[in-house]
Amino acid sequence: MSDAQPTEESVSAAVEAALAAIDAAADTAALKSARIAHTGEGSALARLNAGLRDLQPAEKPAAGKLVGQARGRVNAAVAAREAVLAEAEQAARLEAERVDVTAAPVRQRPGARHPLTIVRETVEDVFVAMGWEVAGGPELEHEWFNFDALNIDPDHPARSPQDTLFVEPVGAHLVMRTQTSPVQVRSLLERGAPLYVLAPGRVYRTDEIDATHLPVFNQFEGIAIDRGLTMAHLRGTLEHLARRMFGDAARIRLRPNFFPFTEPSAEMDVWHPTAKGGARWIEWGGCGMVHPNVLRAAGLDPDEFQGFAFGLGIERTLQFAEGLSDMRDMIEGDVRFSGQWGLVAR
Amino acid sequence: MRIPLSWLAEYADLPAGTTPEALHAALVRVGFEEETVHGGELSGPVVVGEVLELTPEPQKNGKTIRWCSVRVAPDGQRAADGGEAVRGIVCGADNFHPGDKVVVTLPGAVLPGPFPIAARKTYGHVSDGMIASARELGLSEETAPLSGGGILRLTEIGLDPEVGTDAIALLGLDDAAVEINVTPDRGYALSIRGIAREYGASTGAAFRDPALEVAAPSTDDGAVRVAVEDATPIRGRQGCTVFVTRVVRGIDPTASTPRWMANRLRLAGVRSISLPVDVTNYVMLEIGQPLHGYDLARLQGGLGVRRAKPGEPLTTLDGQQRVLDAEDLVITDDRGAIGLAGVMGGATTEISDETVDVVIEAANFDPVSIGRTARRHRLPSEASRRFERGVDPAVARAAAQRAVDLLVELAGGTADPGQTWYDVAQAPAPVLLPALAVLRRTGAEIAEPETVAALRAIGCTVAPGEEGLLVLPPSWRRDLLEPVDVVEEVVRIVGYDRIPSVLPVAPPGRGLTRPQRLRRSIGTVLAATGGTEVQSYPLVSADQQAVYSPGPSMRVANPLDASAPLLRRSVLPGLLDAVRRNRARGLTDLALYEIGLVFLPAEGVGYGTAELPPIGARPAPELLERLLGDLPPQPVHVGAVLTGDRVAKQPGTAAEPVDWRDAIDVAARIAAAVGTTVRLRQATPPGYHPGRAAEVLVGEVVVGVAGELLPGSVEDVPGRVAAVELDVDALVAAAPTAPDVAPISAMPAATQDVSLVVAEAVPAGDVRDAVVAGAGALLESIALVDDYRGPRLPEGTKSLTFALRFRSPDRTLTAAEATAAKEAGVAVAAERTGAHLRE
Repeated sequence: MSDAQPTEESVSAAVEAALAAIDAAADTAALKSARIAHTGEGSALARLNAGLRDLQPAEKPAAGKLVGQARGRVNAAVAAREAVLAEAEQAARLEAERVDVTAAPVRQRPGARHPLTIVRETVEDVFVAMGWEVAGGPELEHEWFNFDALNIDPDHPARSPQDTLFVEPVGAHLVMRTQTSPVQVRSLLERGAPLYVLAPGRVYRTDEIDATHLPVFNQFEGIAIDRGLTMAHLRGTLEHLARRMFGDAARIRLRPNFFPFTEPSAEMDVWHPTAKGGARWIEWGGCGMVHPNVLRAAGLDPDEFQGFAFGLGIERTLQFAEGLSDMRDMIEGDVRFSGQWGLVAR
Repeated sequence: MRIPLSWLAEYADLPAGTTPEALHAALVRVGFEEETVHGGELSGPVVVGEVLELTPEPQKNGKTIRWCSVRVAPDGQRAADGGEAVRGIVCGADNFHPGDKVVVTLPGAVLPGPFPIAARKTYGHVSDGMIASARELGLSEETAPLSGGGILRLTEIGLDPEVGTDAIALLGLDDAAVEINVTPDRGYALSIRGIAREYGASTGAAFRDPALEVAAPSTDDGAVRVAVEDATPIRGRQGCTVFVTRVVRGIDPTASTPRWMANRLRLAGVRSISLPVDVTNYVMLEIGQPLHGYDLARLQGGLGVRRAKPGEPLTTLDGQQRVLDAEDLVITDDRGAIGLAGVMGGATTEISDETVDVVIEAANFDPVSIGRTARRHRLPSEASRRFERGVDPAVARAAAQRAVDLLVELAGGTADPGQTWYDVAQAPAPVLLPALAVLRRTGAEIAEPETVAALRAIGCTVAPGEEGLLVLPPSWRRDLLEPVDVVEEVVRIVGYDRIPSVLPVAPPGRGLTRPQRLRRSIGTVLAATGGTEVQSYPLVSADQQAVYSPGPSMRVANPLDASAPLLRRSVLPGLLDAVRRNRARGLTDLALYEIGLVFLPAEGVGYGTAELPPIGARPAPELLERLLGDLPPQPVHVGAVLTGDRVAKQPGTAAEPVDWRDAIDVAARIAAAVGTTVRLRQATPPGYHPGRAAEVLVGEVVVGVAGELLPGSVEDVPGRVAAVELDVDALVAAAPTAPDVAPISAMPAATQDVSLVVAEAVPAGDVRDAVVAGAGALLESIALVDDYRGPRLPEGTKSLTFALRFRSPDRTLTAAEATAAKEAGVAVAAERTGAHLRE
């Protein structure tokens, strides 16, 4: 193949041919072939370029410029065509990857925490925010902590096997705690006063299972012992809890009652402003001023320290807070039950 | 306790028109829980009728109705509803006959329900009213043994009134009783006397004490003597402190209980039996003093009170033969025990329908003694209920006198003038109520005059003193021992609504403890990764316990379910129960977890104490230590059970059934939730697949197990079951309290793979640990990427390929440095596990 003489005509013809081929390329492979054919070794433009060698020195600048511009035009056309083709091919490839997003697989089934746990933690957080601490205690408890330390007479009917689960050997005075109140005296012995403690946990009774009773259920016990605490502080604390749980319109009503470990003692009702079935008073739990004998059992001087205690059922709280008709759903472990709450308190 | 309104009105000024609801509200205010209302729901024209004739008419439906003609007004008069004197009434019952006097509810009457009565067409007749059954009138308790719940025939309850008589007034159906719950500290309130006083205190209404309205003698000269002895008092308390007897001779044994008394007893929930018995019950309900009546003719010699001899026999009024305990307090005559004191009388001296001479006993017995006897013999009675809660020792004579008066009035007897009166009861001690005691305990501002008025309203004698009020509790308030007891009474009477609301300011707290925070974290992580929390029943059977956690168990002496008496050592049995329950409901792909206490007694250790220290005092230090600590370990466990498919079959995704790997993964997630990592050691925990289970370790501490349960071992659960159970307390204790951190190197990493051939039995974890130990500080991470077994390897070996990433903190590593570190790792692996580089 001989070198060609670069003239305006010959260069223009080579460019025209190159641009036509580039324009005709339907995909990147065809474009590559066109590029090689029109700019590669042995192409018209390459031969014209080589032909520059044969020109007179005076002609070289003009001809060189002519050929250079021609190569520039062709290269620019290749790049432009390449971009167009790449975009179209990317689009085609992506279209080929289209999926039905509504048929997405479930990679990880959602889990759920038990609503009793959510209620417990909600209450814990209300008290922790007030500076209280959260304490636990053994469920298999010494009878002294469950009864005697709480000023419950050895002949009190609640201490009979009709109400309390005793653990063998019976003479060792071990019981399944019937209330979270034993944590009161344990906390006083371990931490001393002033004491502001919330003790959630499981308790055991000999109740038969029905829609509103479980033999094993959860309570939270609150106890505050300090100098100068009164029953007004008890009311204030419970009212604060009620409002955090049931809204600012919630209220507390105290009715006289009897518990051996408090004096005065009260039954506590809560006004639930958004209860299912209409706002109403609901029995929530028992409370009162800690009996001096309880403080004495912990070695405290009841003339120096006094305070209050309360005990509320977590199952009962969940039941009326959510308008649940049957407590048995809470212990059966049906995943659909807890699944209604999911992971978080709302 | 049920309180008929008409009875209460005799001793407290109830405003006219007081409703049961208003009475309830007044009593709730002073601490009596509201139960229900009995009676008082009947209104309109309800009259006595006489059945003139009746025609049985069989119906197509197989029933036979009776078409009756009933006279409801005397001849020539209009009926109470203004209609005819003789009515046609359709009735379905068959226990009555022409000539019977019955109760007819005429159109316009309303029965409890409410069921309004109107003339209506039925079975081809117009039934112009209704012949009422005992049940429809609310009288079934009283008449059930007579009419079997059918039509009430008035002769059966001893009545033969004029036709047309208002039956509501006749039967006391216009009266109602409110039922309230009396707390165990307030025995005095198990009486009209006590409730009338409380009503007065609550509302300010005037109160008259029924015990003061009778004039009882103060002598001890009765014909029936009593010898009281108690050689073995329980807890140092004399069994009998008061014993009064009175005698009424020559009563008419055929005299029947007057209607007003029967009505009140019925409303109070007590069945009418015979006049003398009804009188003793009536006085007990009114004054609160249980009474017992003896047939004088059947007594031999004088009465005695003593403890029973062990094994002594006694047949009680209910016909039961009982074997007595040495703690039981008995009433005796010359033959031996004739009654369980304060609980139930005996059969031999019982009042019968031939009794003409009656001995009335009004005594006071120790609450503890009576309570124990009633529970021991499972014999709760109206008497024992009152004695257990405390009976006013000062009203025995008045109550006996009231019974004597009623017997004389209603049965025509003559009272002996004499009275036997044994009395060693002690008066309550005075309590000093310091000046600001009420304010300091309740925060309520209550002026002294109001305090004094409240205390006087409940029967206290109050005298002002230097340091406060000197309060002498009344004889019926044995529970007022300390100033706080008196404070409660003051605030109870003035009203708990006087207590203000003040939010206390606690000292700054430390927030949740680390174990509390980490326990929450475990729950959050498990739920966020697909677990559903359950709370299962913590008592298990011996078989359940033996499968997953054999070992010493704590046993409940009186379990609710005799087949499940053991306190769980593992949370798995409860989780598996929940799995079965879900599967039975068609839910098969499950990942359940539970966080809760287990009970792990050690072999041969005796827990608890033989001692039980008394109330109201801190036990001695050595004993207190044992009370606090002598309990079996009760650590918090977290357990999880997974079954079915971890990922369900879906478009483009095959089902991934659960297997052992899921258990290991859960263990790793739990560890991550508390900020640590776990190691695994091949193991054979009970109940697990012998080749697919691991001990889970943090450092060198075993914190639990994970793996596949023995295939086919879980009843009703086909397929593989993955399980993990970790001791949260041990895990938290073993986990670092702070992360181990160092600056991050930005130098380039050098990555190399290494394939090591080892015997098949060598755990990959051991090889990995050896490589880590040998490769030194430059090894940043190591991951097992392949486990090849096959024909290209010697029989019985496997090739483990690890991806290694090396990095230096301060320079770019050369390939030679990385290789040297790798080879150092291989060398240690070779030494420890026999590994060699794969060719």
